[in-house]
Amino acid sequence: MVEAGDQAAIRVREMAFGWAGPPAFRLGVADFTVAAGETVFLLGESGSGKSTFLSLICGINRPQQGRVEIAGKELSALRAGQRDRFRAENIGVIFQMFNLLPYAGALDNILLPLRFAPERRKRVGDARAEAMRLATALGLPSDLVEHGPAAALSTGQQQRVAVARALIGQPPLIVADEPTSALDAGAQAAFLELLFEQVRAVGSTLLMVSHDARLADRFDRQVQLSEIARIERGAR
Amino acid sequence: MILFRLAIRSLTARRFTVGLTVFAIALSVALFLGVEKVRTGARASFADTISGTDLIVGARTGGVQLLLYSVFRIGNATNNIGWEAYSEIAERPEIDWIVPISLGDSHHGFRVMGTDTGYFEHHRYRGGRSLGFAEGTGLDDLFDTVIGADVAREMGYSVGDPIVVSHGLASFTDHDDKPFRVSGILEKTGTPVDRTVIVSLEAISAIHVDWKNGAQSTNRIAADAVRNMDLTPETVTAAMIGTTSRLKVFALQRAINEYPREPLMAIIPGLALQELWEIVGVAETALVGVSAMVVVTALLGMAAMIFAGLNERRREMAIFRAMGARPGTILLMLVLEAMLIAAAGALLGMALLTLGMVIAQPMVDAAFGLYLPLDPPGRRELVGFGAVVLAGGLVGLMPALRAYRMSLADGMTVRN
Repeated sequence: MVEAGDQAAIRVREMAFGWAGPPAFRLGVADFTVAAGETVFLLGESGSGKSTFLSLICGINRPQQGRVEIAGKELSALRAGQRDRFRAENIGVIFQMFNLLPYAGALDNILLPLRFAPERRKRVGDARAEAMRLATALGLPSDLVEHGPAAALSTGQQQRVAVARALIGQPPLIVADEPTSALDAGAQAAFLELLFEQVRAVGSTLLMVSHDARLADRFDRQVQLSEIARIERGAR
Repeated sequence: MILFRLAIRSLTARRFTVGLTVFAIALSVALFLGVEKVRTGARASFADTISGTDLIVGARTGGVQLLLYSVFRIGNATNNIGWEAYSEIAERPEIDWIVPISLGDSHHGFRVMGTDTGYFEHHRYRGGRSLGFAEGTGLDDLFDTVIGADVAREMGYSVGDPIVVSHGLASFTDHDDKPFRVSGILEKTGTPVDRTVIVSLEAISAIHVDWKNGAQSTNRIAADAVRNMDLTPETVTAAMIGTTSRLKVFALQRAINEYPREPLMAIIPGLALQELWEIVGVAETALVGVSAMVVVTALLGMAAMIFAGLNERRREMAIFRAMGARPGTILLMLVLEAMLIAAAGALLGMALLTLGMVIAQPMVDAAFGLYLPLDPPGRRELVGFGAVVLAGGLVGLMPALRAYRMSLADGMTVRN
């Protein structure tokens, strides 16, 4: 496990990833660095290649050129299975919506990543108690978390369960892909408040992608995806 | 453990489609095991019908045919053994005991069998059990009869009741001038004995004494007058033999087969049964094969159901991938799902079969004389269960491989 220090949480260098298509697609990022403990807002329209960029940071895909380092580990040098394990241990992921397994309870949803991350699981100790603590801290009613399927939760509650799931076991990096887009304006502010509070408490790095620039204020830094990434598209 | 729990949750969330699939598998498994049960039950039932008899002698015919009509009361003898031949064989030194059987008449569809008291002494069934009397005693008077348990139950007879024997197996001519009296009722055996009306060999002669060429002569002889006549039979249908030593069975068999004055035949019951299985075996194999195909069909239906659901579950797979699950884990989860469905189907199938047997067992016993034992699940069931679950996993591999490829392509994002 890498301690948050002067080491960068994310370092992307001369990276290129693409597929032949059709349609052919190519994403290049020359230089992108996020310091450990930093909160970064990545502004990008849909179709700007942000999903692809995130999948490279999370180690789902491997760049054909260049390096992707997460917490000092060069992801691009790992095999697929190792990258999956690394993601499980080090990265908490929050989606736009439909974050949860609808048939499972909220509690099982929160505990799920620990199944694939034994180190993270060891760090947690009493996983169930920690899940309940996080859920309570995020303002989720505990009986809803313990009983009933996730599908019974409201969208806002589901997103908060997703935050608890991303944070459990204190992974050094949290990646959030438009986590507020399914919420109304009031709920967005409250959600971000809670997210920041918990991320600070854990000391994780936060990389959040959104197309909504109004949310950027709270972050340490704001980056336009179009400024760091070059995209080439072939004809369909 | 959490993956197992999630698989169960996922299945219960889709309880309607999953339930139907489980039910289809359950029916197929119940059918398969049912066929197996009837098959082994029939074999056991047949094999249990006779034991302790070393040879069966009859007129020369097919071995299986002789076995069928003499022991199972199926079909008819085309020829009989002359009394002289019978007596000669009975005096051979290898013979420990010999019991004659005379068939041909019936009573309300039940076969009437003439024999002597040795029958009650020497007939053995189900691994050496002797016939026992539920009520009454053996054949004391000429016109006494001992009836099987099913005869008594179906006809509502008890000891002392009169019985009239019909001539032949399906005729409207009764031997009503010489009625019998039920002297004893045998305990239930689960063999054709239950459906037999037993009289003495002399009684068979007595009721036919005034018959010529299949019709009763006009000069009738009264029942009481018959008692004073010589009732030694002219022929018997077959005879059961016990030898003094097992080693002498083959020699005696050869001697009987080569009996010079009459075409006779002796069979060893076990070997004749074996021959019968060889004939029936083809049909059995076909039956087992067909019911196995039904199980395979049900499992393929399950694979189709999982296939159909895959597209809707891409989001779910993306979540698993984002949490750090490998594509291989997703493959395993789908195989696990298939195995769980198959296991549930197999268990339900066994339960259905047990329930069906509880209901149908007495009926099958009554209608076919086929006793199907209701055993607790044993090795056979365990192997069957394992095979179904394993086959389910194998079949589930098809949609699982597709899910594997989908989750590799999709990653954390779902492109619709």
